Amino acid sequence: MNFDKELDARGLNCPLPILRAKKTLNDMTSGQVLRIMATDPGSVKDFAAFAKQTGNELLSSAENNKEFEFYIKRK
Amino acid sequence: MGATPEIAVIDDLIRQRLDEILPGRIEEKLREIEESKTPSLSIIATKGTLDWAYPPFILGSTAAALGWDVQIFFTFYGLNLLKKDISDLKVSPLGNPGMPMKMPFGPDWFKGINWNIPNIIQGNIPGFEAMATTLMKQTIRNNGVATIEELRGLSQEADVKFIACQMTVELFGFSHDDFIDGLDYAGAATFLPVAQKSDVCLFM
Repeated sequence: MNFDKELDARGLNCPLPILRAKKTLNDMTSGQVLRIMATDPGSVKDFAAFAKQTGNELLSSAENNKEFEFYIKRK
Repeated sequence: MGATPEIAVIDDLIRQRLDEILPGRIEEKLREIEESKTPSLSIIATKGTLDWAYPPFILGSTAAALGWDVQIFFTFYGLNLLKKDISDLKVSPLGNPGMPMKMPFGPDWFKGINWNIPNIIQGNIPGFEAMATTLMKQTIRNNGVATIEELRGLSQEADVKFIACQMTVELFGFSHDDFIDGLDYAGAATFLPVAQKSDVCLFM
């Protein structure tokens, strides 16, 4: 999937991945896509809730070998 | 004299039609109001230890990231969390049987041991609290958990409103110079009206 910006949140724990993602999204423009990599198992549910609440669209959420990958489209 | 028969019929029809339409319309309107409203969170932070410093800043910063309006009222020992230098926040295993005492270093089997030391011994070893604090800070680092300084900074950046209890500032002999910038100094009367309109209000 194409993306405009990337955030490496691996090794970070709750709530840092969400806070960093929010901060990164703030600097992006509407329609741009952010790719996030994380290792916090709680981030799967957290990013889904974050997207739902903020209106930024969660395009995909995947796990690969204990690493999580999210694509979020800026509202 | 009652309504004429024609009006009674019309009234009945209107009532019947309203019953059909209104519930759906009300639901629609409520949903609209709900969606357009910015959620809000009010927290009272009353504890001044390293472990209790986390909940208000984690929830405050996260709520702000979700787009909520957040205010945190710091009172009594909670004021410690607003000091310029918070590197001296401590955690105590004394009187806290829920706190796991595990070593943040060494091989896995060693890290897995829970050092169940009775309070009476903990209380008599000089520097026990300092040691527990050092171990806790190492565990925090090992787990990629943010420092309090970081969470506090992120909260402020995200416009979380910090209110320091002026009464406690005086009671404990603090001065405004002891604290970070950007605080409101006020009392219960300032906090309550905002808390009244909050969707979530937490005492910590």
